[in-house]
Amino acid sequence: MLMSTNAERNTTTWQRHREARDSRLEAGARLARGKIVEARDVTRLLEAVIRPGDRVCLEGDNQKQADLLSHALLAVDLSKVNDLHMVQSGVVLPEHLDLFDRGVAKKLDYAYSGPQSARIARMLFGGKIELGAVHTYLELFARYFIDLTPHVALIAAVSADREGNLYTGPNTEDTPTVVEATAFKDGVVIAQVNEIVDEVPRVDIPADRVHFIVKADKPFFVEPLFTRDPAAITEGQILTAMLAIKGIYAPYGVRRLNHGIGFSTAAIELLLPTFGERLGLKGKIATHFALNPHPALIPAIESGWVQQIHSFGSEVGMDEYIRARSDVYFTGPDGSLRSNRAFCQTAGLYACDMFIGSTLQIDLQGNSSTVTTSRIAGFGGAPNMGADARGRRHPSEPWLKAGGEADPDSPALLRRGRKLVVQIGETFGDKNVPLFVEKLDAIELAEKLSLELAPIMIYGDDVTHIVTEEGVANLLLCRNAGEREQAIRGVAGYTEVGRRRDRNMVERLRQRGVIRRPEDLDINPLDADRSMLAARSIKDLVRWSGGLYAPPSKFRNW
Amino acid sequence: MEDLSFQHRARGRAGGSRQNAIVGVVASGNLEVLVERTLPDAECRLEIKTAAVGFGEVWTAVIGDFVERYSPGGLRFSINDGGARPDTVSLRLAQAVRLIEEDGR
Repeated sequence: MLMSTNAERNTTTWQRHREARDSRLEAGARLARGKIVEARDVTRLLEAVIRPGDRVCLEGDNQKQADLLSHALLAVDLSKVNDLHMVQSGVVLPEHLDLFDRGVAKKLDYAYSGPQSARIARMLFGGKIELGAVHTYLELFARYFIDLTPHVALIAAVSADREGNLYTGPNTEDTPTVVEATAFKDGVVIAQVNEIVDEVPRVDIPADRVHFIVKADKPFFVEPLFTRDPAAITEGQILTAMLAIKGIYAPYGVRRLNHGIGFSTAAIELLLPTFGERLGLKGKIATHFALNPHPALIPAIESGWVQQIHSFGSEVGMDEYIRARSDVYFTGPDGSLRSNRAFCQTAGLYACDMFIGSTLQIDLQGNSSTVTTSRIAGFGGAPNMGADARGRRHPSEPWLKAGGEADPDSPALLRRGRKLVVQIGETFGDKNVPLFVEKLDAIELAEKLSLELAPIMIYGDDVTHIVTEEGVANLLLCRNAGEREQAIRGVAGYTEVGRRRDRNMVERLRQRGVIRRPEDLDINPLDADRSMLAARSIKDLVRWSGGLYAPPSKFRNW
Repeated sequence: MEDLSFQHRARGRAGGSRQNAIVGVVASGNLEVLVERTLPDAECRLEIKTAAVGFGEVWTAVIGDFVERYSPGGLRFSINDGGARPDTVSLRLAQAVRLIEEDGR
């Protein structure tokens, strides 16, 4: 008697989510043949499977966009679908924000909003969006499995077979993570695909995790985010890149690393086969990367510098090059790149000894932010790349050396290492805006929006080095806040912050090697010349690749 | 346009034997520096024609640091500036000294 009561209670009260999912699937199935739904029926499909207030992941990645599904969602009948809580890493397409203007969605948790950064700021100020939080990628992915699990995921893939197996192509990016969280917690997964085929080239997402597929009339949108035209690299960036190579990569012997996407790091990539070669550093630095397939790295790969690269996503035009260089990249049995943002972020966090990237503002404590009062670009992956992983336990030469510099007095066997977190940039950025400021715009923004936390990209206590054309500041060697402030002022050049430096203290820091100028590192300013770049144009990159790199049309400037 | 002129004492004579050198180009955001070895060993002079008006204080700071770091004694610099940023000015001045200190020609 007791047994049957328990069994009855189990079916009625412990599988409500599964039952709800099944009833959503049943409603959707009326619009499908098998799993296939016609593009013209997609809005009705969404009205059938989405409930008001649902958490919805509309796959907007750093690069790949489920654009057909976002159009369809925008067109829903508001009496059926409204007040959604969007949980997506990228807010990239205008439609992503139109959803809030129209009332389809109300609340937003996200990680990155590159091209929509100005509009998202206006909408937050205007109260159009109820903001949960701005996350890092890994952090939002983590919350998919704890308290932000999607009820419905709208994803993008290259192709599907009729059972629903998906091939995501080189831009796998976030898809496996989104599907894992949704499908295994009673959610509904709808995929837009470029084509339906008899057999997919490889199975990136197994069919039993995919409930509906829609063939889009045009391929999903991918933004070429990681292409930096070598023609736009300045001599100042070349000088700064030489300082980084000789002042940080070489002395620490940094082999495992992640690069940000700015021109300064592109300059480093293009100097490895020239300046780096001359310094005899081949094989000693920059051999293993967590990195998107940056075209600027092609000359270093072709010159034998790079052994292995794992990627968050892909890059437009790099497909054939990657396929032909499978010793370097991760590829599937079909030969094309397999990227994975969650794994690559984890790799950057735990298996890389250095992150080097640029930012928009750095304050006197070394906190940095890409937020300005009119733009909220989000965090993306940089805070995870640019943070010391407190859970790391394996030693490596650069990690131990950095730990020793920070804390010379602790016994070596009990001393944590430190990840090298390097901020690189010119003292003045675009339109002569200074890189160094007394107070970050992010703080002003937090005050204006009554946020509990200012959106700091990289906290000062994680930053180990700042490199500008003025020199390298090693913050690991600073022993107190005053030294740290003067080390930062000492490489801030002729910005207000730089000109207010204590000249005597900066000179003492220089004598201790806390600040190293180009002349201290024996760098000839005449080498800061574009002839030092292994490739000086996109066309040079194509040539280095043996014609395998096919740049998107906006970069074909020859 | 604005004309600026600076006269400094240098710690010592700039190295090398070359009599003159030129680096850079006059273009927006760039500058051209002509350097000539025409002054007594402890003197240094810089004459600037700049397209950007009102930056005298920044020029003073950039040139003060430059003279201290590179000790360009005996050199006279003629600068045509197209509104370059201070970091570009610093780089060109450093390049000019380095070039005149190189041997040959």
